[in-house]
Amino acid sequence: MAQKEYAGKMIELDDNGYFKSPDVWSREIAAEMAKENGEELTEKHFEVLEFIRNKVKEGQSLTIRSIEKSGITDIKGFYKLFPGAPLKKATLYAGVSKPSSCV
Amino acid sequence: MAEEVKHPLKKVLMICAKGSLEDVLATLVMANGAVMEGIETKVFFTFFGLDGITKKRMNKLHTATVGNPAMRMPGGLPFPTWLGSIPGVEAGVSAMMKKQIDDLDIPKIDEFLEMIDAGGGEIYACKLAVDMFKLKKEDLADEVKDIITIGEFYEMADGLQTQIIFT
Repeated sequence: MAQKEYAGKMIELDDNGYFKSPDVWSREIAAEMAKENGEELTEKHFEVLEFIRNKVKEGQSLTIRSIEKSGITDIKGFYKLFPGAPLKKATLYAGVSKPSSCV
Repeated sequence: MAEEVKHPLKKVLMICAKGSLEDVLATLVMANGAVMEGIETKVFFTFFGLDGITKKRMNKLHTATVGNPAMRMPGGLPFPTWLGSIPGVEAGVSAMMKKQIDDLDIPKIDEFLEMIDAGGGEIYACKLAVDMFKLKKEDLADEVKDIITIGEFYEMADGLQTQIIFT
C-alpha cells in the first residue's frame, strides 16, 4: 500500500496515486501537492477543488462540462488553472479518486 | 530482466470522414478525451464528416436507421431495415439518441467543438472536401482553425509518440 506524507500527515494512496479516503484532505495538503509540481494554488483553485469534493460526496459523476456548469470558471480557465490534464490533476489535488468519466 | 520502458502518447491526429451523429461524436469524444489527458490533439474533417463542423448542419446530425445492422428497437429486438425507411423514423430515432447522449452529459456538437478548442485541441477542414461541397470558411464552425490539404495534415504528425486515428 502506497503512502505519502503531505503537510505532516501520512496519506494512503491507491494504485493510481489518488487518495484512498477523501476525509483526510485539507487545503494545506492540496497546496503541498501542487507545490511538488511547481504550482501555486489560488482561491480560484480552491473553489474548484471544493466544488469537486462536494460533487463527489453527493455521488455525482464528474465531467469537464460539469466544472463549466458550476460557474466557477469556463473550460479555458479550467485548463489554465490546472495545466495539462485538468480533470485528473484537479481531482488529485481535491483528494478524491480518479475520475471515471470520458467527457 | 530489463524494465519495460513506456512511451506515452504525446500527440494524436484524428480523421473523421463520416457524418452520422455517432461517427462525429465518436471522433469528438476521443479528441476531447485526448485533450483532457494533456495530449496534443488535431482533428481533420473530410467528406461527409464535414457536416460535423458545418454551422448549418452540425447540430442536426442523424443516426442512420437504414443499413445499420447494429440498430435495435428499445428493448433489444432487431430493427428491420424497412422500418427505418418510413418517413420520420430516422428523425425519431435520432432525437432519442440525442436525448440519451445528453443524459450522459455529452455535449452537443457545437459545444463539443468549443470544449476541444478551449483545451487547446485544433480542428481542421479538408480542402478537397470543402471545394467539393462548395463550402466557404464562414460556413464552418468558428473553431475550425484552417482549411488544409491532407499533406499538410500529415506534416503535423511529426515527432515521436504520435498516432493517427481514422474513425
